Amino acid sequence: MEPLLKFALDLVPGLSQLPHWLFITLVALVAAVVLFVFTAVFALFAIWLERKVSAHMQDRLGPMETGGWHGWAQPIADALKLLMKEDIIPENADRPLFKMAPAIVFGAALATFAVIPWSRSFIPSDMNVGLLYIISISSLGVIAILMGGWASNNKWSLYGAMRSAAQIISYEIPVSLSLITVVLISGTLSMQGIVHAQEGNMFAWNIFRYLPFMFIAFIIYFIASLAEVNRTPFDLPEAESELVAGFHTEYSGMRFAFFFLAEYTNMFVVSAISTVAFLGGWMPPFEFLSFIPGPFWLFGKAILLVFVQMWLRWTLPRLRVDQVMYMSWKVLTPFSFALIIIVSFWRVLTL
Amino acid sequence: MTKSNNFPEARYELINPDPLKTDEFFLNMGPQHPSTHGVLRVLLKTDGEIVESATPYIGYLHRTFEKHAEQLTWPQIVPYVDRMDYLASMNNDLGYALAVEKLMGLEVNERAQYLRVIVAELNRIASHLVYFGTYGLDVGAFTPFLYAFRERERIVDLFEEISGARLLYNYIWIGGVAFDAPEGWLEKVADFCDYFIPKIKEYNDLLSYNKIFIERTANVGVIPADLAINYGLSGPSLRGSGVKFDLRKNDPYCIYDRFDFDICYGSGQKGTVGDTWDRYFVRIQEMVESVKIIRQALKQIPEGDAKETVPKNVRVPKGEIYFRSETPRGELGYYIVSDGGKNPVRVKVRAPAFSNLSIIPAIASGLMVADLVAVLGSLDIVLGEIDR
Amino acid sequence: MEAKEIHQKLKDKFQDAILDFNEEVLQPYIVVAADKVDEIAEFLRDDDDLQFDFLNSLSSLDLGENLGVVYHMYSMSKNHKIVIKVEVPKDKPDVKTVSHIWRTADWHEREAYDLMGINFVNHPDLRRILLPDDWEGHPLRKDYVPQKSWHGIPTTLKGETEDDQEQ
Repeated sequence: MEPLLKFALDLVPGLSQLPHWLFITLVALVAAVVLFVFTAVFALFAIWLERKVSAHMQDRLGPMETGGWHGWAQPIADALKLLMKEDIIPENADRPLFKMAPAIVFGAALATFAVIPWSRSFIPSDMNVGLLYIISISSLGVIAILMGGWASNNKWSLYGAMRSAAQIISYEIPVSLSLITVVLISGTLSMQGIVHAQEGNMFAWNIFRYLPFMFIAFIIYFIASLAEVNRTPFDLPEAESELVAGFHTEYSGMRFAFFFLAEYTNMFVVSAISTVAFLGGWMPPFEFLSFIPGPFWLFGKAILLVFVQMWLRWTLPRLRVDQVMYMSWKVLTPFSFALIIIVSFWRVLTL
Repeated sequence: MTKSNNFPEARYELINPDPLKTDEFFLNMGPQHPSTHGVLRVLLKTDGEIVESATPYIGYLHRTFEKHAEQLTWPQIVPYVDRMDYLASMNNDLGYALAVEKLMGLEVNERAQYLRVIVAELNRIASHLVYFGTYGLDVGAFTPFLYAFRERERIVDLFEEISGARLLYNYIWIGGVAFDAPEGWLEKVADFCDYFIPKIKEYNDLLSYNKIFIERTANVGVIPADLAINYGLSGPSLRGSGVKFDLRKNDPYCIYDRFDFDICYGSGQKGTVGDTWDRYFVRIQEMVESVKIIRQALKQIPEGDAKETVPKNVRVPKGEIYFRSETPRGELGYYIVSDGGKNPVRVKVRAPAFSNLSIIPAIASGLMVADLVAVLGSLDIVLGEIDR
Repeated sequence: MEAKEIHQKLKDKFQDAILDFNEEVLQPYIVVAADKVDEIAEFLRDDDDLQFDFLNSLSSLDLGENLGVVYHMYSMSKNHKIVIKVEVPKDKPDVKTVSHIWRTADWHEREAYDLMGINFVNHPDLRRILLPDDWEGHPLRKDYVPQKSWHGIPTTLKGETEDDQEQ
């Protein structure tokens, strides 16, 4: 938090007059609000992007009417519509759980933003166990999905929730293992530290080191993160053609909007982690481009990965649940173990 | 009207009355479901994700066609026949018209015959495109659906020009066709054929040879050939099991014996013979064969008046006939009994999807729920003709 | 094989159960006894010369005083067809089932039972298939009169039914 406090003091010197605890609380609050607003706006933008990308890949146009230029106001219209919908809770649903589930799922997604480094000084909390924190917090989402599926009092939702829990838990392992290779290289779990270890130009980024092994680690991380956010080809928890909408079938209106928001936020978060770990975070590819501020680079690289995720969604069919399990346990995990061994040997031998 | 809340609940002996029993899970793929291709209810008894038994319940779309036909005159039945298999209504019309013509001993004008074959094969392509699109949806690929419907729009536009309707045509009448082809229609059909053939390669690249798709469909839902024959499977579902039987070749009707085309059958290319991939791929290949037939028909079609042999009054002598034709779903049979009057005594429709669906209880056990969706999709059922 | 030869073969095996043969019509048919139809069916399917392995259709007919069942079958390997007919009186329409010979017949017989009321003896699961389970009557019969209402929904459009009057 120190860089953030320094940054705030530079911006508004008058803040040093406030009592210390008030100063910290104020800065933290502002940071949280900024990130929340960012998430909301990003989700709106991502929904529009998804619809446009899918439309152009399917030889059609997508939203064109709302707001004039290529329907940019379409997600805003969608959000308004969802806000005005009737709040339906199924008759025998477990009310407290039903209401808590969307909140927790969104909360878990938002909480990971606390350690994402946007630039040299803008990082809400520069914990020295940042990566560990992210992996732990994102697992909270599973509980919320299970809550949502169970509390809906609907066998199909339960199916979706069960599948999702199995999938997310299984894919935590390749995620963590491929990130361990990054930790081995950078020598630190702190997110800011990982970015600083990739200082230099593009070829100092983790993805290009120890070729081709870190590239393989990146691929493994990317595939496993697709499973973490329930995106095709791993989207059987929300498999539209089998389970209507899986664990969020019974949700409507604002509660559904929260699940939706959380999905897109998650997509961004895993892309951001991928950028920080493998693609150099807020570092520009070449030194002379460093006049463009850090957040632009982080956002740009993360958005590119989000686009690839959308691209895959509209191209590939869906894997069946036992194939998903097979992929995680028998393909990704052994490969990531092998990678760890190889990278650690390489590092020790070249130290 | 009284509000009825005494709908019988556990009238099927299969429903488990004990709600706390934890080893079995009764799941209703209810009448409204995104992937049951119509109003079909499948009651699944599952152990986790593995299906132990699947019982289909039909009848939600029963519109009493057979009883109704007994009160209609012979030409009036044609629009109702359309509505049974609404995705391939030209083929339904064709079967009925041919059955009645055979009973009457009526010869049909050559040009009308060629027009009939062209529209029937175009409708076969359109129906297989819908199959391809919705099957992609079933396994989770969203894009093939849009591509298939893009092509289908062109076919439906052609149909609109020739018959006035987009889905249910009432075009093939007893003794001929309703309207002759308008100016330039035949050229447009030829253009469509040229446009369509490269698209098949697109479909193969996108879906058929995609590794994930093959994982989902190869070796899933294998139907051995003798089981298929015993259950009365027909059409692409039967040919997918390796049985080389196509009514257009084995028992030719209309003028199909004048065309040169191959029978497409499954050969276990990606897995076992008779799995869902085979049934799927047979239909893709059939689209290519249909284009072949259309091109030959376009070359051979004579000039003339297509409506020449359409009788003003349809008089069907006493007798009965069972006539079968090959629709995109299989063998559509019409068993027509006439006593010489204005209305038929009995019109029984042997719908191919009716028998195709009946095989589900036999092959469902041991599949996962996702596989069951894939298998159900591969049989290409249309509830309109199952329930009539 | 021609229909005449098939008829001769059946006559040799089953003598009295084969009642009639008509080859003047477009599609020659053989009339058999209703209680022997399952044995005849088995013979038709399993005999080496006949091999009727595909049942095209099982239809029900209302012939006035009697009910009829018509079987159309085809042999994939030998490429010949035959039509078998069965007639039963309306007040006791019992026909032996052939669903264990051709599994196609399973659902076709359920439909014949549902719509025409023919009782297939020894059928494993004879219940209604197209109509709701608690429907009364068999609609395809010529003398069918629909029930007045089903679960409170009137079945006719003409005026008001007695059910509505009661409210």
